Amino acid sequence: MLEIKDLHATVEGNEILKGITLSIKPGEVHAIMGPNGAGKSTLSAVLAGRDGYEVTQGTITFDGKDLMEMEVEERAQAGLLMGFQYPVEIPGVKNIYLLKSALNAQRAAHGLDEMPAPEFMKLIKEKIAFMKMDSSFLHRAVNEGFSGGEKKRNEILQMLVLQPKLALLDEIDSGLDIDAMKVVAEGVNSLRDENRAILMVTHYQRLLDHITPDQVHVLIDGRIAKSGDRHLAEELEARGYEWVIEEPAA
Amino acid sequence: MATEAMEQLARREYKQGFVTDIESDTVPPGLDESVIAFISQKKGEPQWMLDWRLEAYHQWLKMTSPSWAHLDYPPIDYQAISYFSAPKKPEDRPQSLDEVDPKLLETYEKLGIPLHERAALAGVAVDAVFDSVSVTTTFREKLAEVGVIFCSISEAIREYPELVRQHLGTVVPQGDNYFAALNSAVFTDGSFVYIPEGVTCPMELSTYFRINAANTGQFERTLIVCDKRAQVSYLEGCTAPQRDENQLHAAVVELVALEDAYIKYSTVQNWYPGDEDGKGGIYNFVTKRGDCRGDRSRISWTQVETGSAITWKYPSCLLRGNESKGEFYSVAVTNGRQQADTGTKMIHIGKNTSSTIVSKGIAAGKSNQSYRGLVKVSPRATGSRNFTQCDSLLIGDKCGAHTFPYQEIGNSRSTIEHEATTSKIGDDQLFYCKSRGISEEDAVSMIVNGFCKDVFQELPMEFAVEAEALLSVTLEGSVG
Repeated sequence: MLEIKDLHATVEGNEILKGITLSIKPGEVHAIMGPNGAGKSTLSAVLAGRDGYEVTQGTITFDGKDLMEMEVEERAQAGLLMGFQYPVEIPGVKNIYLLKSALNAQRAAHGLDEMPAPEFMKLIKEKIAFMKMDSSFLHRAVNEGFSGGEKKRNEILQMLVLQPKLALLDEIDSGLDIDAMKVVAEGVNSLRDENRAILMVTHYQRLLDHITPDQVHVLIDGRIAKSGDRHLAEELEARGYEWVIEEPAA
Repeated sequence: MATEAMEQLARREYKQGFVTDIESDTVPPGLDESVIAFISQKKGEPQWMLDWRLEAYHQWLKMTSPSWAHLDYPPIDYQAISYFSAPKKPEDRPQSLDEVDPKLLETYEKLGIPLHERAALAGVAVDAVFDSVSVTTTFREKLAEVGVIFCSISEAIREYPELVRQHLGTVVPQGDNYFAALNSAVFTDGSFVYIPEGVTCPMELSTYFRINAANTGQFERTLIVCDKRAQVSYLEGCTAPQRDENQLHAAVVELVALEDAYIKYSTVQNWYPGDEDGKGGIYNFVTKRGDCRGDRSRISWTQVETGSAITWKYPSCLLRGNESKGEFYSVAVTNGRQQADTGTKMIHIGKNTSSTIVSKGIAAGKSNQSYRGLVKVSPRATGSRNFTQCDSLLIGDKCGAHTFPYQEIGNSRSTIEHEATTSKIGDDQLFYCKSRGISEEDAVSMIVNGFCKDVFQELPMEFAVEAEALLSVTLEGSVG
């Protein structure tokens, strides 16, 4: 589904990603871990298409298409959806309106008509209940005045509505208390199926207690220094990142 | 709906046969007493009307053009303007759509205007195909049943001289300001509305229906009088950009609300803003004022301003009756090189009067706009309240938004609240929307409409839908 080959990327002329190769297949959940400054956020930003990140070498293919040739909105319409670490506030725009516009933009891209209002409302009510959110959320402005936990739930709510093929979760666990973490994890787990993949970027192992990854990759200094199964995460939790750095790359 | 508004415009062009008092004369450019006498005579006006015009002219001569507004435009040569001209003859107008600015046509297409109406809007010499007569008749009969008068101001001066004479100039006196004085001297058309005591006008009135006076000229004059316990909602304007040969527009609108009366006045202004370099746009200098003369009367102004090269406009309320209410809801959008200096004045004179001001300014491109508002509470207007909310939204970094609030509070038993914000559509917000699959244009339009929703909800339903579409078109290409 997602094939990253020898990806190099720079920010303001500094090379941050120095040759990343990663393959994610449908049905898989991958976690990318690593110390601060290793390039985790840069990798997310490049995949999402944020300005200011320049890919200098390598390729990214999503569902057989060259991701770098796709506009930000086209990536989302094709099913690559990013859950942000710090979702931005949009005063004046109601959550429900954003959800509706996003869903209909996606449908339009696939040649479908807008979803009829009753069907849409039914869908939203179901998802919002699943995320244990109050329906008043829908009529509040996007992320405005939301607590950290509310923002993250809202990101997952959008995923549940938009049903991405590949969900990209950037530090989705930051700022969450344990109850919120459970709700968010349940939301993410409900997305898991054989046709969908999830890529989580996280600093801490605790998220992985709730969302079990198939593969864990350790990102250090712009390269994947080590890959393994979920036990690698446990080892990182126990021993820190130092030993990976000292160990010669595989 | 859009089509209705379009049809209204299409009818504007079809004037021969309805308007008998305008013939194909045009006076040479320039303004003096003889020109004013000519206009008055052409309109078949009584002597008092001519005297009133001349009085205004003499006051105007002693006045100077205001320079306090935050606007930049070359001096206007008032002797270069022709003050009376018949509508353009078909042979002087574009002969086909091929001769019309393609940008204008593109906009019509985006607003969903049917093909045959586009030509009429753009001023192409076509005969309108609508059956205007029947519409007018049905509609007039319906109004006449309840005693509502709705006609052109010229007709009102001839048919209802007492009513006009009693109210004309009582809200905006001849010498009120430079542009109002000019208008008082030379106005050629506009609307007159009278709603009798206790009557709620059975339909929303708009120039759409007032077909025989549809040539809303350069110097339009509107007078709306709502008698005791009467109510009316009046719609002005059209959401399609209108091609116009006149660069200077100086209109006057006067509203009179007696005891317990309610006047709601909604405007969508979308005059030609000029090309990308700001050439050729309309200069719109308008004086709009409502007089809440009776106790518990209420006047509400709602405006969506997206057109004109220059807008100078401050719809105001004189709250003279006790417990009277004034409201001003405004969305002003400027793009390209447009300039707007707009706002309101709420003058509290009666006791326990209240006013609400909600102003939303959106500046994009290289445009500049200012909100200028006065809240004045007289010493005897105790127990009065004002709430002002004034928000600006900037798109890009070459535009400007300014706020000039003035408050003069004459007693200590009144409550005044003022809230103001300035925000920018941030790259982060756009990126967030795009990362949800929403295109940049739709994202801008979503954010802008969210910003304006407090005002749009004050518009009559059909207008609100059009206003949203209009905003998207106006702001197209303003990002990136």
